[in-house]
Amino acid sequence: MSDTQCITKFATLANPLDIDAFAASSGFSGLRKALAMSPVEVVAEVKRSGLRGRGGAGFPTGLKWESIAIDDERYLVCNADEGEPGTFKDRFVLEHAPFLVLEGMAIAAYAIGARTGYIYVRGEYPHIVGSLSSAIASAVKAGHLGEHILGGDFAFNVEVRIGGGSYVVGDETALLNSLMGNRGYPFLKPPFPTEKGLWGKPTIVNNVETLAYVPYIFARGAEAFASIGSPDSPGLKLFSVSGHIAHPGVYEFPMGSTVRELAAAAGGAIGNLKAIQIGGTAGPIFDAAALGYSLDFVSMRKVGGALGSGALVFMNTTVNMAQVLDVTMRFFAEESCGQCFPCRYGTRQLAFMANKIASGQGKAEYLDLMRETARVMVGSSFCPFGQSIALPLESLLDGFGDEVLSFVKQQEFLKEAAV
Amino acid sequence: MAANGIASNGGTQNLDDSGPARKKRLMPRDKLLSSLHEIQGRSPGKTWITNDELVGIAQDYGIPLAELGGIVSFYTMFSRERRGRHIIRLCDSLSCRICGSLDIYQHIRKKLGISRGMTTGDGEFSLEIVNCLGACGTSPNMMIDDRLVSGLSMAEIDAILDSLAKEKV
Repeated sequence: MSDTQCITKFATLANPLDIDAFAASSGFSGLRKALAMSPVEVVAEVKRSGLRGRGGAGFPTGLKWESIAIDDERYLVCNADEGEPGTFKDRFVLEHAPFLVLEGMAIAAYAIGARTGYIYVRGEYPHIVGSLSSAIASAVKAGHLGEHILGGDFAFNVEVRIGGGSYVVGDETALLNSLMGNRGYPFLKPPFPTEKGLWGKPTIVNNVETLAYVPYIFARGAEAFASIGSPDSPGLKLFSVSGHIAHPGVYEFPMGSTVRELAAAAGGAIGNLKAIQIGGTAGPIFDAAALGYSLDFVSMRKVGGALGSGALVFMNTTVNMAQVLDVTMRFFAEESCGQCFPCRYGTRQLAFMANKIASGQGKAEYLDLMRETARVMVGSSFCPFGQSIALPLESLLDGFGDEVLSFVKQQEFLKEAAV
Repeated sequence: MAANGIASNGGTQNLDDSGPARKKRLMPRDKLLSSLHEIQGRSPGKTWITNDELVGIAQDYGIPLAELGGIVSFYTMFSRERRGRHIIRLCDSLSCRICGSLDIYQHIRKKLGISRGMTTGDGEFSLEIVNCLGACGTSPNMMIDDRLVSGLSMAEIDAILDSLAKEKV
């Protein structure tokens, strides 16, 4: 395994569902080493590696595993409900390296004492439900899942569940509600899922990519993993690169790589670069200065953003920022789960104003009203979804507010001139 | 279920052993969404959940009908209203928008004569706008039924729609 390729290395296999080919390229070697350790040692190893959750929040994975409460039944859930606009890395992992995820799940289950695991796949990826089920069947047959894993006493079974179309379900508490056949409402923490999760039992929810990096820590050692990337956010990371860029796709780079390095790897921007949205729809919209930013959890916080899911959407000068505002606000309004009033109503107000602006019926005062609405939502929304809308909105208005305002004024002028 | 909490019905325990008609074993609740997908697409061209089917699922799982209705309405992929034999889900996330999703929307609108959320008069196609299909590397994207369709020309999109409209069951 080279130091700049882990998941993407397995992704080059001709048939991702060929378990022998996976094993031949040192697949399952991490599981073998992990099972030779005690569960406590496995958790300690993950803590030493510094692995942080790749779903968006960046919570230290070892710490999460360690915090699971003691109970007769515990669960492991793989969050494959990838819905963050601009993000397609989990689809990539599941399509190209499904066994890596299963291996990571088996190690995690061993560490936390889970006998049952679920993979919750978003409804929009129906083909992945089928391919995962067949990967699971092969892994059980080969003794890497199921009863007596690798001939020992450890037993772990994985089942696949499918979502019904909802962005909010990507939140771990909402995902658990959905997995239990309910509306996908987030619930208040504490208690954390590590204490009361699935069916009220202690549950660990990890992102697809997080689990896919776990085997590396055991195959190559925690130090090897920790030596890659930046000290606060070690390891490799998958970046979803899209928009006005020559070769959009999923790129695996060390944490702390710059946006410029990613852009260069993807062949550079098409046209004149104007803006970059980093981290997903709930991430800020930066101007081209963001090329110099380092992509890791800590560095992105310092510039007022978030690494999020590692999505990078490049926009060139053909893009009207009023349209970006419209698309972004509409996303929030349509995906708000409606559980709490500030988010349900606030997102609709914001989408209304953004749509008016984009369709040439906006008013100059909307810009301030939108900021005010977002501020109220930050302070009063139930979950991070409603609180996060301020980040894209404020960054867009800070960086491109003049453009939006002049667009609004021009439209007003045209309307008056037409009378 | 509690408003802010985990559902009280763990799903696996049998809550209603009250009457003889309800003695049968309930389905485990974590399979609910899979069942809804299954019943919604039970036969080719059927893309919605009928009232009778909903009642059947409510009985299979032991969920009050009103609660089940609330669950179904929460998820965008399910419909209790009749939809076209084929569902076009056009992605209009930021990546797709800046790579031309509006052009495709206008093209399909003109070709089929339907806007967002509508079904063609012959019941062949329904057009939906979705917020991200997770394939932004190949924007603009859409799903036609279960198949991801990416980066195609208008002529190629036409060819797919025409061939679907022709194949009758």
